[in-house]
Amino acid sequence: MATPNNLVYERPEAFTDMPTHYCPGCTHGVAHRLVAEVLEEMDLIHKTIGVAPVGCSVFAYNYFDTDFVEAPHGRAPAMATGVKRVLPDRVVFTYQGDGDLASIGMGEIVHAAARGENITVIFINNANFGMTGGQMAPTTLPGMKTTSSASGRDVETQGYPIKVSEMISTLDGVGYCVRRSLHDPKNIRLAKKAIRTAFETQVRGLGFSMVELLSTCPTNWGMTPVDSLKFVDEHMIPAYPLGDYKISDAIKQIKI
Amino acid sequence: MAAKGWIEVSDTYCKGCELCISACPQEVMELDMSHLTPKGYHPAHTFKDGCTGCAICAVVCPDAAITVYREITKRPATVAV
Amino acid sequence: MPKELWKGNEAIAEAAVRAGLEAYFGYPITPQTEILEYLSRRMPELGRAFVQAESELGAINMVYGAACTGVRVMSTSSSPGVSLMMEGLSYIAGTEIPAVLVNVMRGGPGLGNIAPAQSDYNQAVRGGGHGDYPRIVLAPASIQEAIDLMGLSFDLAEKYRMIAMMILDGSVGQMMEPAEMPEMMEVKRKDFDWATNGAMNRERRLLTSIYLNPLDEEKTNLRMLKRWKEVQTNEVRYKEYFLDDAKYVVIGFGTAGRVALSAVREARAQGIKVGLLRPITVSPFPYEALEQLIPQAEAFLVTEMNMGQMLDDVLLTVRGRVPVEFYGRPGGVVPFHNEILDEIQRLVSGPLAVQTDPRESWLTRMTA
Ligand SMILES: Cc1ncc(C[n+]2csc(CCOP(=O)(O)OP(=O)(O)O)c2C)c(N)n1
Ligand code: SF4
Ligand code: SF4
Ligand code: SF4
Ligand SMILES: [Mg+2]
Repeated sequence: MATPNNLVYERPEAFTDMPTHYCPGCTHGVAHRLVAEVLEEMDLIHKTIGVAPVGCSVFAYNYFDTDFVEAPHGRAPAMATGVKRVLPDRVVFTYQGDGDLASIGMGEIVHAAARGENITVIFINNANFGMTGGQMAPTTLPGMKTTSSASGRDVETQGYPIKVSEMISTLDGVGYCVRRSLHDPKNIRLAKKAIRTAFETQVRGLGFSMVELLSTCPTNWGMTPVDSLKFVDEHMIPAYPLGDYKISDAIKQIKI
Repeated sequence: MAAKGWIEVSDTYCKGCELCISACPQEVMELDMSHLTPKGYHPAHTFKDGCTGCAICAVVCPDAAITVYREITKRPATVAV
Repeated sequence: MPKELWKGNEAIAEAAVRAGLEAYFGYPITPQTEILEYLSRRMPELGRAFVQAESELGAINMVYGAACTGVRVMSTSSSPGVSLMMEGLSYIAGTEIPAVLVNVMRGGPGLGNIAPAQSDYNQAVRGGGHGDYPRIVLAPASIQEAIDLMGLSFDLAEKYRMIAMMILDGSVGQMMEPAEMPEMMEVKRKDFDWATNGAMNRERRLLTSIYLNPLDEEKTNLRMLKRWKEVQTNEVRYKEYFLDDAKYVVIGFGTAGRVALSAVREARAQGIKVGLLRPITVSPFPYEALEQLIPQAEAFLVTEMNMGQMLDDVLLTVRGRVPVEFYGRPGGVVPFHNEILDEIQRLVSGPLAVQTDPRESWLTRMTA
């Protein structure tokens, strides 16, 4: 019988009722759900302002039951800076894809991190520009085929992937910077714990926090959702090792 | 004996992506080919007994479509008046 | 408050502070850097937000973010920096939120130079960011006016949920003049019903410039135009000098208007019936005030520090009924008042004809 006592899991309250526009099996949805669960568990729904990017998650603002603003492509960290600086007691997070954060918005993210802006960044690395139809992103793997690297990314002419977490973690303003993956239940749980820690970092005023999430794009990768998870495991993780790139001592003390 | 559980899959949210199906450790899930959601997907469902209420399906679901329940095995303590 | 000697850029900064500026985001560029430097000291002293951004792109998007929360926020820059801000300006316009921007213009295009110019008139008034959007543009000609218009910019931006931009040039920014500062305004956060401030106990709010359905976007565009019509009705500002009996009318804004006034005074001393119309709001442009002058005018002289940008607004109003002449100094050159006096005398000695494009004869004279 369905009573609150035997309920194990239900859709988080931090979500609105609106179904997402994401393709079936796209793990953008998992990342959303984890953020929603964390906001709910930390009782932050009513003091949070989200900053949506340009990319597949442009409509993130439709799904979270919090205040939201929508940034120009790549500028979410700057917008979040503006919000947070005048509302330091509110919780501010950006949600950005790899084209948004690591291509057009590289300047904004690096400087927000360097300034130690007390914001949380959820960074979705799906190795391509999903929204515009699967072009090469700065994170596209060498040899990976995209609609703008049809015979596979040639590093000689198209450069090398950018390892964002490794790079961001070198900045002193950063309190928390880790890479997780969304490809199986165990890793999803670890990702959620990381998202929780990132928001705890912000709530405690311990500096810039970012969680990079390896994510799928079944549609543009041309794979089933299940095969996409395998691709993450077999090809993305070797190129983008999971791990804790920076956790400041103060954040290590946080018990969740 | 394994805990007994059951799930509900929302027709509004399920997109038939099968991620839950491949993740379910008890292998009790499949797409319901006899049913279409309003958006035109075959939704996931449990097709046989054996669900433990472990919630792994809900953990992997990108659309927060699954609600998970588990039978309560421990009786709530009764309070003497 | 008594008059004190103020440097233009610092006066602008202090005036913004006194008008309740709660957050400033900027990037150094001559000839406005003193605004940023001044506020880097002043804002923290008052417990208000100041960030030197990584670029103008960063700065305008920080403004965008803070503006979404409903506080008084601004950035300042100069021509090349303002070009970089155009993306953000378009988004701010499309989101229908208030923000204030100051452009201390310099010679261009490109990196140009740091000398005073007015060549961003078109960018400010008509173009710049993509999409169809109105904005308020104010053009002070003195430090006192810049101080007064600074406060007004915030009021207008909030009232009409629109960008208010102040355009001036380095000669106002860098000069020293006695001026009177307003009293310090107490900062009271207004709870606008659109502000995304993450407050408890209300429906969530959303600020975006996306309208995927073209019909919704069209509706938004028309709503903005309707609001703009109100601005045109209520907010046109200009100064008139010696116009009552003027047969010749000089039109100039900002520094060009200020120099023109000296020339007009001298011409008057010589007995020439000449006056000056100096638009203060170049957007909304004082079309009606200009229209009123047409019956009495034998000729108009437009003076600008560019190749003739406001000139188009004048031509649009006069529509061939009276000759319009143009005198400009582009590239960062400030005209001397005797140059404009010569032009006034040329008008008087005639003969003048209505020309399709007054720039042509001006160019011939300039390159002769
Ligand atoms: C200034 C600007 N340039 C380009 C675009 C087009 N555009 C929209 S989304 C996008 C890429 C998004 O990719 P990513 O950030 O990786 O997000 P994903 O869709 O993969 O989640 C681009 C190039 C834009 N909207 N604005
Ligand atoms: S295009 Fe790719 S990233 Fe975008 S929703 Fe579809 S699967 Fe997800
Ligand atoms: S994971 Fe969710 S959306 Fe996908 S089939 Fe299962 S219930 Fe449906
Ligand atoms: S709760 Fe566990 S056992 Fe039951 S359907 Fe879901 S994954 Fe399978
Ligand atoms: Mg991407």
